[in-house]
Amino acid sequence: MVIIGAGECGVRAAFALRENGYDGPVTLIGSEKHLPYERPPLSKAAIVSEDHPAPRTIAALSLFNETNIDFIGSSTATSIDRGEKSVALEDGRKIPYERLLFATGASPRPLPLAAGSKHCTTLRSFEDALAIRARFQPGARIVIVGGGFIGLELAASARKRGASVTVIEAQSRIMMRGVPEEIAKVIDTRHRDEGVTILCDTGIVSFADSAENVAITLSTGNVIVADLAIIGIGATPVTALAEASSLETGNGIVVNDWLQTSDPNIYAAGDCCIFPLAVYGGRRVRLEAWRNAQEQGTLAARNMLGAQEPHQSVPWFWSDQYELGLQVAGLSDEGTQTIRRDLGDGAFILFHLAADGRLIAASGIGPGNSVAKDIRLAEMLIARGARPDSHQLATADVKLKSLLAA
Amino acid sequence: MSNWVEACTSDDIDEEDVMRFDHAGKTFAIYRSPDDEFFATDGLCTHEHIHLADGLVMDEIIECPKHNGRFNYKTGEAKGAPVCINLKTYPVKIEAGKILIQLG
Repeated sequence: MVIIGAGECGVRAAFALRENGYDGPVTLIGSEKHLPYERPPLSKAAIVSEDHPAPRTIAALSLFNETNIDFIGSSTATSIDRGEKSVALEDGRKIPYERLLFATGASPRPLPLAAGSKHCTTLRSFEDALAIRARFQPGARIVIVGGGFIGLELAASARKRGASVTVIEAQSRIMMRGVPEEIAKVIDTRHRDEGVTILCDTGIVSFADSAENVAITLSTGNVIVADLAIIGIGATPVTALAEASSLETGNGIVVNDWLQTSDPNIYAAGDCCIFPLAVYGGRRVRLEAWRNAQEQGTLAARNMLGAQEPHQSVPWFWSDQYELGLQVAGLSDEGTQTIRRDLGDGAFILFHLAADGRLIAASGIGPGNSVAKDIRLAEMLIARGARPDSHQLATADVKLKSLLAA
Repeated sequence: MSNWVEACTSDDIDEEDVMRFDHAGKTFAIYRSPDDEFFATDGLCTHEHIHLADGLVMDEIIECPKHNGRFNYKTGEAKGAPVCINLKTYPVKIEAGKILIQLG
């Protein structure tokens, strides 16, 4: 078994092969020099921690050794011979496979306008985080292009380190994708209270470098000078090798219910794949989410061993900014009715119901992990296609667990 | 040595739920099982030091509110990725409706 990509998804798949009893060779190919590490802290703890940060490894080297998983770091797969069933690495090695998994993830979407600027960067790797951390100094002027999760988490981290921050968002509000307006507003207010400038409905005309900084001309005609600009305008799936291998791709490597590509011996999972989401009637989606990467890695491993199980999870993601924790279960854009439940301390949950009364998503925000329990219960209600009573959903005294039992 | 500390009363926790208890600079989680027994563990997940009391109790499992790490709160056993280190458990006794946990 060969896995290309040693992020959360690929690593989970490698261990899941062992957990499911496979005792043949497992090779895990990663492009970075580090042992596989967790990416969620890169925008948060890795930037704000007082101690010099180290990558938080997913598993210790000893665990790879004990489970006989051959991790090859600093290496890139350059081609796949689907007839012979082998993967070629850039050092000339050829690794035969019985089943192959693409867990290649996604990479930051580049902003062509910023391509020539040496004061513009993106965040993907631990080295990116270190470079950004070094520039987040008191008084530094930071511009973040894109008001999505990564950009806003970095904005919060920059404020914690005393830098001044301007967020530039092309759309009419922040977190347009996947987060309801009521919740985006709470986060928007929190950032503004912290002194962050947020400019919505604002495009960028040009970046002009000087030796020390970059002058960014906005669509409004204003010019902002930044010591560092971070581009956080989304991510694109890493599909080049899959395309070169003539696998079907679109916005991601196309897979079926079992995460199998157009070649039955090749699977794809995590951020790089576009898959049918069973809980939404098979709607094809690509998710950029940590938990999805884990779940699909585990499922791909089982299916590579012949399980033929469909992916059935409810999408779930989170973001932490300042003391606020945001969690979303499901895809709220399919909702036609929203019910609000207030939990106290400013925390609240929005339940999104479909026209037929089914609960299809829940979004929550509050201090720390105050919404976690209810979002988790909502996720279980969504998974079973429940049609909860809207009055009960709105009433915090009615425990969601009791609706689950009903 | 038996250092029993009063954590809460039995009415403070619903069945199949958990609450946080802080004592002497440490944080603990106190559980009430569906069959009305009480248990205690360290309060922070062994993965990323998140307060487990914000998590969901299902039967004998506590699930971390952040990354769905799961532990059996009766034994402390870690139940799979991303957690691999077991949770420390503490003896619990009930005296006149008070929940006491043994810390030393």
